[in-house]
Order: sequence, then C-alpha cells, then structure tokens
Amino acid sequence: MEHYNMNLTLKVWRQKNNKAKGGFETYKLSDISSEMSFLEMVDVLNEQLIREGQDPIAFDHDCREGICGTCSMYIDGKPHGPWHANTTCQLHMRAYKDGDTITIEPWRANAFPVIKDLMVDRTSFDRIIQAGGFISVNTGNAVDANAIPINKDDADASFAAAACIGCGACVAACKNSSAMLFVSAKVSHLALLPQGQPEHKGRALNMIAQMDKEGFGSCTNTGACEAVCPKEISMVNIARLNNEFLGAGLTVDN
Amino acid sequence: MKWSEFFTSSIGKKFVMALTGIFLILFLIVHVGLNACIFATWFDSEDHGAMFNKAAHFMGANWVPRLLEVGLFAGILLHIFQGYAIEMKNRSTRSVGYAVKLGNRGSKWYSRSMGLLGTLVFLFLIVHIAQFWVPSRITGLEETIIDGKPYHDLFARMVVVFQAPWVVALYLIGCASLLFHLLHGFQSSFRTIGVVNKRYMAIIKATGVAFSIIVVLLFALMPISMHLGWVK
Repeated sequence: MEHYNMNLTLKVWRQKNNKAKGGFETYKLSDISSEMSFLEMVDVLNEQLIREGQDPIAFDHDCREGICGTCSMYIDGKPHGPWHANTTCQLHMRAYKDGDTITIEPWRANAFPVIKDLMVDRTSFDRIIQAGGFISVNTGNAVDANAIPINKDDADASFAAAACIGCGACVAACKNSSAMLFVSAKVSHLALLPQGQPEHKGRALNMIAQMDKEGFGSCTNTGACEAVCPKEISMVNIARLNNEFLGAGLTVDN
Repeated sequence: MKWSEFFTSSIGKKFVMALTGIFLILFLIVHVGLNACIFATWFDSEDHGAMFNKAAHFMGANWVPRLLEVGLFAGILLHIFQGYAIEMKNRSTRSVGYAVKLGNRGSKWYSRSMGLLGTLVFLFLIVHIAQFWVPSRITGLEETIIDGKPYHDLFARMVVVFQAPWVVALYLIGCASLLFHLLHGFQSSFRTIGVVNKRYMAIIKATGVAFSIIVVLLFALMPISMHLGWVK
C-alpha cells in the first residue's frame, strides 16, 4: 500500500479528574503518516500539546501489540476503532484519509469511572476475577501437562475463551454496560477444563455477585459485545455462564 | 445462596423474564390456533363463526383453561414488571452517554428496543382485553344459537369491532411490535436459560424466526379479513 500523509481534525474528550465536568476539545494535526499506529498519532498530538505548554491527553496503553488489554478509546462510536477484531494499539492510520475528523471518547460505564481524559478505572474487572476467576492448587513441582486427558474440542473452546484480554470493550459497547461477555469468558475457560470443576459452582455464583455489586447491567443478548470484541470472544460463552450460574444457583445446599 | 439472592441477581431476574416469556410464547400458540377457527368460514359456508364461538366457549367454560388464564395474567404481569425493573436498572448504568453511537454496527435495532416494543404490545393488550376479554367474561355479549344451545357471539363482536379502520391499524401496529419483540425474545430466552449446544441453538434460532413470522401473520390476517369482508 502506498504511503501518504494526511491532515486530521481530532475531537477528544478532556476531563481533569473523576469529579470534574468533561467536554470535547478540537485539535488540528498535520502531516500524519499513514504508516503510524493510532497511538503514535496521539503521541504526536501530545508532543504538540507539551510544546504549546498544554496538558497532554491521558490515555491507557502498555504492550502496544494487542495482547495486554490496557488500551481502550471509543473511536468514532466503536470501541478500539473501525477495524474488526483489533485493539486500538493495532489500529493504523491507513484506516483514515486526508481531512477526516476522528472523535475519541473514553469507555462509558458507571462501573468504569473516568480517571482523567480517556483513562478509566477498570479495577472492577480485577475484583470480579478475585471473586472466583481462579483455581486452587497446591504449589510445588509443576504437574505433568498431560496427566489429565482433555477432549480436544473442550480444550480449544477453553483456549478461545481464555483469549479475553479484559479490555472492557464489551462493557463499553453494550447498551446495558453489561460485563457478561468478560465474565463469561473467564468462567468458561475454567469451566470447560477438568481443573476448573471442583470450584465451578462457587465461581459462577461469586463472580456474578461481584459483577452485580460493581454496577454492571444485565445481559439482554443484543450481540454488540461480540461484534466489537478484539479477541472475538463468542456469545456462546454467555449462554454457558447462564447455564453455570443457574445450575449452581438452583442446586447449591446453602 | 438464598432464594431471594438468586431471584434478585442479574441472571436470576433474566431467568424469570425468559421463563415467563417462553410461557407467553406457548400461550400465543393456543391463542392463534383458537382464533384461526374464524377461517373455518372459508371451508364451510354454513359455519358463520360457529366453530370459533364453540372454541371460545370452551376456553371460558372449562375449568382447566380458566385456571391457566389466572396463570397467564400472573405471567404477563410478572413479565411486564420484571421487564421494566431490568430496563430501568440497565438504563442507570451509564450516566454519561456517547457523542457517537455504535448503533446498528453491533446489534439489531429491535434487540436494543425490547422495552419500547414490549410497551407497545402492553398498550395494545389493554385495548385488546377491553374489546374482547372484558365483554366475553364480565360485561356480557349477545348470544347466538348453535345446534340448539346458546353461545356468546364473540364472532359477531369481532366483525363489529374490526369495521373501524383505526382498530385495524392499531392491531397491525400491535402485530408489528409483537413480531420484532418475538424475533429477539424467542432465541434470547433460550440463551438466558443456558442453552449452549450449537446444534440445538441453530434449531431454536430458525424456529424462532419462523414462529414469529407465521404467528404474527396469522394474527394480522384476522382484523384484515374481517375488515375487508373476507371472513363473515
């Protein structure tokens, strides 16, 4: 693909802190290379803001290779921008053309309060994991990887669910701010394996209890989460989570 | 986990929505089947609504459907109140909205509009119950003699009610709302009760679409046929 430069207009959500009232600021950028990543483009803008003595835009990023789940940004109405199955850090400026206007907003959900500008607090996800997204094993020497036979289909489905990077795009896209795709991925990747069985009832009950406590909405199966998920986590996992939760909730002794 | 915790959890609430929804779907089969008896006039010129009036009489006179009717009203009310409770809770989870919306890029408009579609069906139901159920069960209807026995002439009531164009229009709006409510609700209810198997889910999805279209078309055909004099 041919390299080109472009001039852009950016409308970015700026908010000093959690308590402050935020609003959109418009910025002009010139000579942005089509070879840049989206975040490099924001870096260029921040350099420009620093030179002008202004406060740079705060945004989350870490690995910049699509595996850590740190980057967010709701770009032109879609989490992680226009490309399919892609994180913001993997989005490149060749997705845009000269003269485009790009609107960038933070994830919007009361369970993800804005810290500053485009950064949101996603520790609610950590607390959901702490409530049950683990298995309990004795430490010591690593056990033989093939000691327990596992059906290949289950192993594959578990692996696909484990691909969830916990970025929160599902919550951002959902009209109910539901975290069900995230929780279902975390429940599924353990529930599908024998190692996840001993604690599977408590896991589903405790993780959903924590999810409700954090203020996420309920799932109405609209499918927006699946459509925007950078790791293509399937909604089948949500059905499995419902199954796990109902099975546990209707059968536990106390 | 206490029962109260189960039924107040986000999935527990949806479970109640799904179960009442499936119950109402089953009711629709009974309702559309019985009402389709008006089309007996197409096959028997001597019928004049007799088959339909007898069927309606059975529903009102026999204690089994009367008992199920109590369950039906309870189910509808639970579905409505639980639906509004979930809708309100879900609307409260995002205090600051987006400037640019995701819209139809991720989901169908009707999947996102179940509250609105349900409200339209609910408003339609109020008029519908006032027009047919109340006179049939409470305030009384004119009688007709079939095979020497008196029956409520619900058929004649339908013919009269559906002469007004606004009533026909209202019923078609009700049918359209029900169609889209079912297109989402049918398959969604089975996901909510935890159907994971892909082969079964494929059958459920296809059945849901066929069910929604066939049932709603049959319902819509009733006011249209009566208004245009195809059934008399």
